[in-house]
Amino acid sequence: MAKIIMTADDSASIRQMVSFTLKDAGYEVVEAVDGKDALNKLNGAKVNMLITDLNMPNMDGLELIKHVRAKSAFKFIPIIMLTTESQAGKKQEGKAAGATGWIVKPFKPEQLIAVIKKVLR
Amino acid sequence: MSQSNVHAETYRQEALELLSDVEEAVLDIEQDSGNAEHVNRLFRAMHTIKGSGAMFGFDDIAEFTHHAETVLDRVREGTVPVNKELIDLILASSDQIRSMLQAADSGAAVDVSRSEQIVSGLKALLDVKGDAKAFSPENIEASDADKNMTGKKITCRIRFCPGPSIFATGMDPALLLDELRDFGDCAVIAQTENIPALYDLDPEQCYIFWDVSLTTNKSIDDIRDVFIFVDDESEIKIVEIASDANMENDRKRLGEILVERGDVAKEIVDKALDSQKQIGELLVDSGAVSREKVHSALKEQQIVEKRKATTSSSSVRVPADKLDNLINLVGELVVTQARLTQVSANVNDAGLAIPVEEVERLTGELRDCALNIRMLPIGATFSKFRRLVRDLSSELGKEIELKTEGAETELDKTVIERLDNPLVHLIRNSIDHGIEPPEEREVSGKSRKGTIRLAAEHKGANVVITIEDDGGGLDAEAIKSKAIEKGLIETGDGLSESEIFKLVFAPGFSTNTEVTSVSGRGVGMDVVKREIETLRGSINISSKKGEGTKVTLFLPLTLAIIDGLLVKAGEDRFVLPLSLVDECMELPKDHIANAHSRHLISVRGELVPYIRLREIFDLSGGYPPLEQIVIVKSEGMRVGIVVDKIIGSHQTVIKSLGRMYQDAEGVSGGTILGDGGIALIVDVPKIIQCTERKERVGV
Repeated sequence: MAKIIMTADDSASIRQMVSFTLKDAGYEVVEAVDGKDALNKLNGAKVNMLITDLNMPNMDGLELIKHVRAKSAFKFIPIIMLTTESQAGKKQEGKAAGATGWIVKPFKPEQLIAVIKKVLR
Repeated sequence: MSQSNVHAETYRQEALELLSDVEEAVLDIEQDSGNAEHVNRLFRAMHTIKGSGAMFGFDDIAEFTHHAETVLDRVREGTVPVNKELIDLILASSDQIRSMLQAADSGAAVDVSRSEQIVSGLKALLDVKGDAKAFSPENIEASDADKNMTGKKITCRIRFCPGPSIFATGMDPALLLDELRDFGDCAVIAQTENIPALYDLDPEQCYIFWDVSLTTNKSIDDIRDVFIFVDDESEIKIVEIASDANMENDRKRLGEILVERGDVAKEIVDKALDSQKQIGELLVDSGAVSREKVHSALKEQQIVEKRKATTSSSSVRVPADKLDNLINLVGELVVTQARLTQVSANVNDAGLAIPVEEVERLTGELRDCALNIRMLPIGATFSKFRRLVRDLSSELGKEIELKTEGAETELDKTVIERLDNPLVHLIRNSIDHGIEPPEEREVSGKSRKGTIRLAAEHKGANVVITIEDDGGGLDAEAIKSKAIEKGLIETGDGLSESEIFKLVFAPGFSTNTEVTSVSGRGVGMDVVKREIETLRGSINISSKKGEGTKVTLFLPLTLAIIDGLLVKAGEDRFVLPLSLVDECMELPKDHIANAHSRHLISVRGELVPYIRLREIFDLSGGYPPLEQIVIVKSEGMRVGIVVDKIIGSHQTVIKSLGRMYQDAEGVSGGTILGDGGIALIVDVPKIIQCTERKERVGV
C-alpha cells in the first residue's frame, strides 16, 4: 500500500511541486495550506509522514510539529521541515520540537525524494 | 505544457497574489507600525516569493527578494526600525519583483540598474557590512556534484550511538544503517550492552548502539551526511582507518583497534598480551570490554583484510610438476601424521595429545589447501568445444548452438585433462548422431537450430557433467537389433529401456552404419566409459525418442585422495574405494559348504556372485573361520568381494606404484598406512572383468 505523506505549506506552488514529486514517486499525498489545516486533516487520518513549511499563517511549522508529536498516533512518524538557508537556528528549534529532519529551500525534486527515502520506509 | 512550465505558471500566479499581500501589509504597517503580525505577514510573503522562486527557475527574483527578506527579518527582530525609507524600499521591491515576473513571461529585459539601486538601499538599511551572505542556488548544485565524484576508496570505522530519545524525532536508525550498507562493503554490529533489564526498559527509547566498518568510494563527508538529521544527543564517530594511500601499512592488531576506538586503555591490552591468551577472549573475561565490541573490532579487521586481498589479488604461474610434488609431500605428511596420531594414542600422554591434535588439524587444512591449488575451472575446456561444434556442424550442414553452464565449476587438473577426449567424443556423437539436419527438424516441428547443452555442477563430493542435445534421441529398437546382431545379447526380451541404452557402452557397438569423419571411427562409447571409469567416475545415458539424449558423467573432485574401506586378506591390507561399496556382511562357513563351491551368495533373496581377494592375489595361509564379504556395485551389478577382516574406513592418499608395476592389473595404486605399512588400492572393476574373463575361458 502506498505511504501517505502530508505536505503543509502556504505556498501553492511549493505544495504543487512537492505533491507532484511525491505522487510521481508512488506516494499518496494530502495537502494542507497551513498548520491549523494540517492538524485538522490529521485527525483520524492515516498519515505516514509529514512535510511542513515553517513559516505559515494561523499556525506555524514549529507549533504544528509540537501538536503532531503530542498525538499518540503520530508520535514516531518522520516529520521533515522545509527551511531556508537563513534559518539555521530554526533547525535546532525544529529538532527540539520533534522534527526528524529538514530540507533547505530551494531544493530539487530528487533531493526531496532522497530525504524521504532516508526517513520513511 | 511541460511539468516545469506548469509549476512556473503556478508560481507566477502565486507570486502576484503574494505581492498584493505585500502591498497590503506594507500599508497596514504604515498605519499601525506596532503590530507585529503585519510584519510577520510581510516577511512570510517575501520569504515564500524567494523560496519558491529559486525552486522554479526564477533565480533572479529569488536573489533580489533575498535582500528584502533579510531586512524584514531584522524588522521582525526589532533591530531595524520601521520608517518611511523602509516602506518605500519594500514597495519599490514589490514593483520590481512584479516587473521581473512580467519580464520572465514576455521575455523583455529587466531594468537591472533599478534592482541594484533597491538592493543597495536595502543593504544600507541593514548597516552591517557583508553580513547578508550572497544567496545563490548554484552553490548548492556545485557542492552536490563534487561529493559524488571522489573515486578513491576509503575504509572507515563508524560508531553510531543514537540518543535514547531518537525515536521521538521520528528517526529510524535502521534506515541510516541501510543507507550505509548501500555505500559499499559494510559490516554492522549492534552493541547491546546498554540494554537494561526488562522492567527498566522503556520501549520508546533506543538503547542499542552500532559499530560499523565500511569500505566505500564515497567521502567522509558523504558518510557524515547520512547522519545529518541525527540530533546532538546522539554520538557519531567517524574515523578513516585505511585509504588507498596507506593500504600498505601493516595489518592492525585487534588490541590496537580497540585502543584506537577508545574502548579499552592501552595498558589493559598490554597486560592482556603478556598473558599470551587469545586477546579478545581475555579482554572479555576481564570485563574491560564487551564481547560485542571485540566481535565488532574483529569484523573491522576482516573488512580491511578483505579489501587488501582484493587490491593485491593476482595469480602466480607455477609449473605443474611443482604442484604434483607439493601434493606428494602433503600426502606423505598426511600419512605420517596418521602414524603420529596412532603412536600418541598408544603412549597415552596428555601433554603429547594436544600438539598431536593440532598437527592433525593443520595437516587436514594443509591437505585441503594443497588440493584446492590443483583445482581449475572447467571453463577453458568448455570454450574449446565451442569451436569444435561450429566447425563440425557446418561440415555436416547442421545448425547447432552450444550452450554451456557452470564454466566456473572447479575440478582437479588431472581430471580436466583426461576428461578432454571423452567429452570430445560425446559432443561429436551429439552432433553426428543426435541433432538432425535442419530440414528434418522442421518436419518434426522443432526449430531449425539444434542445441547442445554442456553443463557442469557440484553435487556433494562429485562433479556432474551433462551433455544434452535436443536431437532425435536413441532408438531402443535399433539398439536392440544391433546388439543382437553383434551377439551382445540374445533376445533382448525383458530388457528395460534404460538397460537397452546401456548397451551402447558395450565394446564394439556403434549404431551408425556408415563411418563419418566426425564419429564412428571405431572408437565407441565403450572407450568413453572406460576413460570415465579410470577417473573413478561413472557415466549414465538417458534418452527420449524424438526429444533428445542426455549423457551424465559423475566425476570425483580429485584423484589424489579417496575415501577407502580398509580390509585385510591374509597378512596384507587392501583399500576398496568407498564410493563403490554398497554394504558389508558376513560369509558363514556353512554357507560355502551349501553352495557347492559355486561363488554365489543370497543377499535378501538376490543372488550375488562373489570373488575372493585371497584367490585373486594368490595369498597364502588358511582361511579364517568367519570371512567378511563387501558388496560393491560396479558396471551396474552387485558383486561380493570376500576378505578376511574389515578394518574400517580410511582416507587414502593415492601413491602411484612406480614404473615397474604400472601395468599390474587389479590394483590402481598404493597407500601408506598409519603404522607405516602399505596397502594396495583394489581396482574393483578390473578384478571383476578379470574374473569374468577367466570364467569364460574356463567354460
